[in-house]
Amino acid sequence: MHARVATWWTILKICVEERLVYRGDFALGTLMRFLPIVTQIFLWSAVFVAAETKGIKGYSSTDVIAYYLLTMLARAFSSMPGLATGIARQVREGEIKKFMIQPIDLVSYLLLARIAHKLVYYLVAAGPFALVYYLCRSYFPGWPTPEVFVVFVCSLVLSFMLGFFLEASMGLIAFWFLEVTSLLFVYMLFTFFFSGHMFPLDFLPEPWSTIVDFMPFKYMAYFPAAVFLGKVEGPEMWQGLAIQTGWVLLFIVVCRRMMHAGYARYSGYGG
Amino acid sequence: MSAIEIRGLRKSYRVYQKKEGLWASLTGLFHREYREVDAVRGIDLDVEQGEFVAFLGPNGAGKTTTLKLLSGVISPTVGQARVLGHVPWERENSYRRKFALVMGQKNQLWWDLPAQESFRLHQKIYRIDPTEFDRTRDELVDLLEVRHLLGQPVRELSLGERMKMELTAALLHSPDVLFLDEPTIGLDVIAQHNIQKFLKHYQQQRKITILLTSHYMKDVAALCKRVVIIAHGDIMYDGSLAGIVDRFSGHKELTLQFADDRMPSDLARYGEVLEIVEPKARLRVERGSIAEVLSAVLANHSVEDVSVEDPPLEEVIAEMFALTADQSRESRDANRQPAQSVTQSS
Repeated sequence: MHARVATWWTILKICVEERLVYRGDFALGTLMRFLPIVTQIFLWSAVFVAAETKGIKGYSSTDVIAYYLLTMLARAFSSMPGLATGIARQVREGEIKKFMIQPIDLVSYLLLARIAHKLVYYLVAAGPFALVYYLCRSYFPGWPTPEVFVVFVCSLVLSFMLGFFLEASMGLIAFWFLEVTSLLFVYMLFTFFFSGHMFPLDFLPEPWSTIVDFMPFKYMAYFPAAVFLGKVEGPEMWQGLAIQTGWVLLFIVVCRRMMHAGYARYSGYGG
Repeated sequence: MSAIEIRGLRKSYRVYQKKEGLWASLTGLFHREYREVDAVRGIDLDVEQGEFVAFLGPNGAGKTTTLKLLSGVISPTVGQARVLGHVPWERENSYRRKFALVMGQKNQLWWDLPAQESFRLHQKIYRIDPTEFDRTRDELVDLLEVRHLLGQPVRELSLGERMKMELTAALLHSPDVLFLDEPTIGLDVIAQHNIQKFLKHYQQQRKITILLTSHYMKDVAALCKRVVIIAHGDIMYDGSLAGIVDRFSGHKELTLQFADDRMPSDLARYGEVLEIVEPKARLRVERGSIAEVLSAVLANHSVEDVSVEDPPLEEVIAEMFALTADQSRESRDANRQPAQSVTQSS
């Protein structure tokens, strides 16, 4: 176990070093993510003015902006840029062989590489995030209770895990199709709508509202934000966290099974 | 016990047969024809511990497929193989810690980081003792003369330098078996020579088992006592390098230097004239009649110098590949079903 942890630690360190190589591109990419905030604030203010209403399904205009800012934070955990396409490229170009030849587990390696990716991202983005939240503090109802805050943090970590294992599973489909770009486009579209990144999922009418409850996407943006804002409370909040954990466990199993099935297929097919 | 034991190993692929044109592309969306292609056709081979064996063969002969089978990247259609007592395609970690595969056209190092970072990662994933790791790395980088490049990002290394780093990475865990797939491809003559020198020295010191595929005869001649020739998925020859010429070439090359301005005009009666640069002539003579031809030439002409040589190895092997291609085509035509069959699927 000690040797395994030492291996993981080395992989993590090397991945962090690798992320830091392209400093300029990385810093620019990180800062660019903040641009949509301004447009979203204008958009939702305009929606509420045009609708001549003080609230939509329990959300005031400030609630919606606070919600949007929180989903942005959740997406910083659950979005996995380049993960699935990276796996597909490795399968196509044969680099995946490395993981079949060397005593190293593909999924564990990808997870560590992604943790490193996120750590470096948070390091660069922490300052701008803090500044934006400070400037937008008037939109927030205030700090939640410690219990809610703990659930919020746990749901963010779980949203990272869910995003990783879901998208890694999408990438592993490349063992069968080689190219997953179109599939990813559909996945991104689903994530964008059904994670609640575009608008609070409470706005959805039936039957969509129920359908979304049975999908994993809402735990990647909506759920953490709703917990923080008190839209999901008490037993419902804990139940949500349990379901989110369930989805993570399910996709861990799916991802590992797909890796083994993919290896078997690759092995049978060649390359 | 042999380090590598292969029995009846066969690997066939299903290859999509696309017809030409847009219409064929459209119909291909709904209905496709596949062809079964045997990359390796039931080979048997034993390699003893400490042998350095070359795999020769034309492109598509099945060399790389065999190496992929032995390193567990692919599994066979039928047949068995054991490397150091392990079935490769079971991919046990205990096996993966005992062998290494170096592919001349594939990079296994971290592109954006210095090689020393990749080496450190190898130390961890192969669980190499830190003192042992330092010792082996120092020995390898000194032998390959790349110590000064350890801190340079891999992307900034030349092809030859990168191959040296790839070899170092592959040997850090002191594998018992090493598979080398075209390790000198694309390298200049000096870099090729350096890699050959290193491999020879390393193999003699460590007595590890090495299987090498290469298109460069010089690699093979410098390194391997035993040569296995594979063509169209079958083993065509297994023996010494010199034996190839004896077995597959029925000719010798006779070079004659005639005394001043006495170049005979009827040289064709002794054999096929390959080249005439007065006062020298080079002839291709049947191996069985070389003594007879030589005594006739010496009796009839004034000869200053004479040499009898085997034809160049590349030439013999090229002839042999052409011959095996013909044989293979004939056997395929005669027995089309098992070798190649067309299947259809929607």
